Amino acid sequence: MNMSSVVLAVPEIWVFSMACIILLVDLFLREERRGIIHLLAMVTVIFAAIITLRADYVDQGLRLATAFNGSYLRDPMGDVLKLFTFVVLGFVFIYAKYYLRQFRMFRADFYTLSLLALLGIMLLISANSLLMIYLGLELTSLSTYALVAYDRDSSKGSEAAMKYFVLGSMASGMLLYGMSMIYGATGSLDLNLISTAVSNAGRDDLMLIFGLAFLVVGLAFKLGVVPFHMWIPDVYDGAPAAVTLFIASVPKMAGFAMAFRLLQTGLGDLHADWQQMLAVLALLSIMLGNTAAIAQTNIKRMLAYSTISHMGFVLLGFLPGSNEGYGAAMYYMIVYSLMTAAAFGMVILLSSRGVEAENLNDFKGLNQRNNWYAAIMAMVMFSMAGVPVFVGFFAKWLVIQAALNAGLVGLAIVAVVFSVIGSFYYLRVVKLMYFDDPITEQAINAPVDFRAVLSLNGILMLGLGVFSSSLIAVCMRSFGP
Amino acid sequence: MQSTWPVLSLLVWIPIIGGMLVAALGEQRASQVRVLALLISVVTFMLSLFLFDAFDRGSAAMQFVENKPWIDTFSIQYFLGVDGFSVPLILLTTFFGVLVVVAGWEVIRSRVHQYMAAFLVMEGLMVGVFSALDGILFYVFFEAMLIPMFLVIGMWGGPRRVYATIKFFLYTFLGSVFMLVGLIYLYIQSGTWSILAWHEFPLGITTQTWLFAGFLAAFSVKIPMWPVHTWLPDAHVEAPTGGSVILAAIMLKIGGYGFIRFSLPITPDASSSLDWLVISLSLIAVVYIGFVALVQQDMKKLIAYSSISHMGFVTLGLFISFAIFRRDAGGSGAALGVEGAMVQMISHGFVSGALFLCVGVLYDRLHSRMICDYGGVAHSMPWFATFAVLFFMANSGLPGTSGFVGEFMVILAAFRASFWYAFLAGLTLILGAAYSLWLVKRVIFGAVGSKDVAALKDINRREAFVLGALAVAVILVGLWPQPLVEVMHSSVNELLVHVQQSKIPLADMVTAGR
Repeated sequence: MNMSSVVLAVPEIWVFSMACIILLVDLFLREERRGIIHLLAMVTVIFAAIITLRADYVDQGLRLATAFNGSYLRDPMGDVLKLFTFVVLGFVFIYAKYYLRQFRMFRADFYTLSLLALLGIMLLISANSLLMIYLGLELTSLSTYALVAYDRDSSKGSEAAMKYFVLGSMASGMLLYGMSMIYGATGSLDLNLISTAVSNAGRDDLMLIFGLAFLVVGLAFKLGVVPFHMWIPDVYDGAPAAVTLFIASVPKMAGFAMAFRLLQTGLGDLHADWQQMLAVLALLSIMLGNTAAIAQTNIKRMLAYSTISHMGFVLLGFLPGSNEGYGAAMYYMIVYSLMTAAAFGMVILLSSRGVEAENLNDFKGLNQRNNWYAAIMAMVMFSMAGVPVFVGFFAKWLVIQAALNAGLVGLAIVAVVFSVIGSFYYLRVVKLMYFDDPITEQAINAPVDFRAVLSLNGILMLGLGVFSSSLIAVCMRSFGP
Repeated sequence: MQSTWPVLSLLVWIPIIGGMLVAALGEQRASQVRVLALLISVVTFMLSLFLFDAFDRGSAAMQFVENKPWIDTFSIQYFLGVDGFSVPLILLTTFFGVLVVVAGWEVIRSRVHQYMAAFLVMEGLMVGVFSALDGILFYVFFEAMLIPMFLVIGMWGGPRRVYATIKFFLYTFLGSVFMLVGLIYLYIQSGTWSILAWHEFPLGITTQTWLFAGFLAAFSVKIPMWPVHTWLPDAHVEAPTGGSVILAAIMLKIGGYGFIRFSLPITPDASSSLDWLVISLSLIAVVYIGFVALVQQDMKKLIAYSSISHMGFVTLGLFISFAIFRRDAGGSGAALGVEGAMVQMISHGFVSGALFLCVGVLYDRLHSRMICDYGGVAHSMPWFATFAVLFFMANSGLPGTSGFVGEFMVILAAFRASFWYAFLAGLTLILGAAYSLWLVKRVIFGAVGSKDVAALKDINRREAFVLGALAVAVILVGLWPQPLVEVMHSSVNELLVHVQQSKIPLADMVTAGR
């Protein structure tokens, strides 16, 4: 191992060091000076972004670079995903600070755990071997299990954390089992070597297919697609809103990367096999997510089911197995994270003095209380529903275009029809905000950084839609020339 | 003609950005909001008058073209341009842009800034629909337009507004996603999003049929055709006056425009082989919906049904040309059908807009739309009665008003295709007269219905201005349709030449043994 390969991993090293430093610094801080922790965490994220941007392998004209005996990989896709992870995490920290302060939970643990989860996410994005994938996954998962139980006194939170832990461990087990079988069939942990071995072995190797099935189940658990979605609504509902915000937005980028690395880089030759499995998962998710969300009265649960349907759309982008499809799925994932961050940001904004605004009715008459926040939420909702000119439309369009290009006409039509059905519950939120009278006249207060970031996040829904070309180009270029 | 000024971009963006400014002014500054909104809409209208004037009538090519890359990765362009079909519709849009601002001047009291902003943004988006020449750009305008209308109906509408507006949104959304799938399919086949390139792109008959179905799903809901019209009466009844006016005067036209821009030129063979479907649905709309209109108790509902019936003429006029070509290769009379359809769209825009405004005037005073609550309005509101009678006459197709010209042209064209088409279409002259005049009799004339009616105040200057402007338009188009027809003439001929040429690739014909 030479120095240059360690240089590649400097962003990870930086994040890890800062997580430890924050843990230590907190011991010497008095209660009222905890704001420093928040500042440190923000600095961590911003610097990580800057370091990631200054990737010298790109300057050397390379398309990708590996380190640690090929188990760590830097490529444009990973870098783009990491950058957006940092952006979204920056949003999350600012929203979360306001929430934690209000609910008297402002402790350094949130930041350390989030940063450790971030480290796991970064490893997962850069993983190029089964071992690294598992490592990243477990680091992310364990940190998020702890985060869900962050509010120690809440029984609902503890229950959600237990549920998440048990189901998540089972999923990890499945994944591990699948990995061991893949290892048995190919004799390697390195995804590139696995890929070569698979193309030599052909598609008839039963052990390989068996392993693949377990891998897909594990993946489906982690992404939360039907029929492995049961934990999503409970965890979203049970966790404190700041944590839900984190879980719903940031780790999804890693989910995309993990699925891509495992299925395309490693098992690309088995495309025909996993395509069928993913098709079923995607279809069920889109159908169930969009219909079940209609029945919810709790906005966190509604957004949970909406997540399930969005993940179905992401998987739809995987089906063609083409660069266009992966680009579309990645774009969808990034857009989804930004939309979700804004939606939960709104939930946090409306929460006041120890009461979470988790009931849909809390949004009643928001337009009369504050035009601008209502407009932000409306933009987020229309974007999630896939109505142009908001960015969510472009994500849906790209995925459907990729599916049609691969000849999956039936799937594409089912997907668009269910997205129309799904638009009903997004419209209902708009209806509550604009057509109903408010149930409280309480003024909405938030610190200036919160308001600024939320506004930026909302404007992004429109701005990334109107000026959609560059982000689309970045995503598409990550996979091909 | 290449203009140095991006006229179309200005027409699209002045109202949209102006609308955002208006919304930013806030609720407290209502009087500034009104003045600014009026200013923006008047400027836009002036600009569209300039467009109408500078438009070269001799050419069927796209004019005032603007073309810049938008999403390079998929060769999507910000591609705007107008021809003889779009120019009159854009003019209609901006004209009503001014009228709805004036019509909502005092009537709207709550959240004026958002009301005006919604209408301005909607105006810009609708101009965008009429000038977009890129598939995705068109779809973006086409869909985005739903949002302000959704809010307008839901925020300022009647008691069942939530039901009506969600139904409106979902109905239209469902129709248009099928079109989206079709558009994407076209892109995959042709490698371009340019609508003009699609016009030339050869397609097999099966593909054409599927695409035609996709377009039909979107535009038949929008126009609307029987049996997917049921959202319209609900939306119209619940919408505030301004919403009804824009819905009837402009939004329905977008369906008709879609047929002209997409269905006919992109899938001419499928349009030709499925013309019986559209023609029968149109005739059902004309006759059956005419009867439905007859029994309505609610004035707005009656006008809504009459709109559906009138829009049947539009689709009839557009698709009758195929039947004419089958009878007579020369196709004399086909142009009459298409031009009739266009004139009918413009005329219906003026007339239906005016009728909804008339109902609005009554509703503002008595807060009822029921026919039975009125009677003898002419006694207390003579000026209003004059206008209303004129518009209802135009609605029933009285010669000398705009309503006559379009219907007459379409019926004349229908005669070239088949006597029965013309006969059924001609029934509207009886039915239209029946429901319009019966309404006039019950509401305007007769004995004074109640003391509320007797106490009604006649229209004020603002209302007189709005109705007067529309009356001038209705009579002008009725007596002197020449300028209007002249604008679209070259484009109509071009379209008819185009739709006669089969787009089925030669190889397909050979394998099919034709």
